[in-house]
Amino acid sequence: MTITPQRPATETRTVVVERDIAHAPEKLWRALTQPHLMEEWLMKNDFKPEVGHHFNLRGEWGGVLDCQVLTLEPPTRLAYSWNYKHEDPAFDLTSVVTFILTPTATGTHLRMEQSGFRPDQKQAFGGAHAGWKSFLDNLETLLAKGE
Amino acid sequence: MQTPSDALFRALADPTRRALFERLCRDGEQTVGALTAQAGVSQPAVSKHLAVLKESGLVRDRREGRQTHYSPEPGALAPLNDWARRMTSFWEARFDALENLLNRMDQ
Repeated sequence: MTITPQRPATETRTVVVERDIAHAPEKLWRALTQPHLMEEWLMKNDFKPEVGHHFNLRGEWGGVLDCQVLTLEPPTRLAYSWNYKHEDPAFDLTSVVTFILTPTATGTHLRMEQSGFRPDQKQAFGGAHAGWKSFLDNLETLLAKGE
Repeated sequence: MQTPSDALFRALADPTRRALFERLCRDGEQTVGALTAQAGVSQPAVSKHLAVLKESGLVRDRREGRQTHYSPEPGALAPLNDWARRMTSFWEARFDALENLLNRMDQ
């Protein structure tokens, strides 16, 4: 089951981090979805493996992320929203984190995609670099289509 | 001091180079000849622009017989995006912790 969050496509940035892990998908899935295990590698949390469940991730720095389970397809696909409210727009973040697990001969290929909307993009790409934002947005739209 | 971002910005500051790079991202690998046909400038000019793009890491080339094929390296844009860079190193560190945990877990 999947919930599709509403986000303005033109404001999307995506980060992809991939790794080959020497453990079976089922075991990796447990580390990704059991709160006491998530706490060990990610953050303190009140996660529950239920689509629609709202939870928080609490960072060691004191920050609290607002999250909601969006996709739960054991042991291949997990997605949750990853939102951080901050009065300084440079830190404010609305994003979705997706984990994709693919079995391999030696374990699991883990792919993490984080797609985010940052209200501070104008600021970050402003000044001398004005015009870059739309260029990069166009480019990312093209790349997204090619995938 | 010149940062990688400076080189990227300079490489992409020229509208012809930007168009060439966008076209490679949109259509994938192409020969200099195919790129010239739509660039509106001469083949030597296109080759010069591609050399600048290559130097900044935005494209890579591959020789096949007498033809040189160019393809995009969109990952080269990463330094332009602090958010992406920050999040990437965050997740790399978290994945290290995840692997460490998995090694300690029972099957």
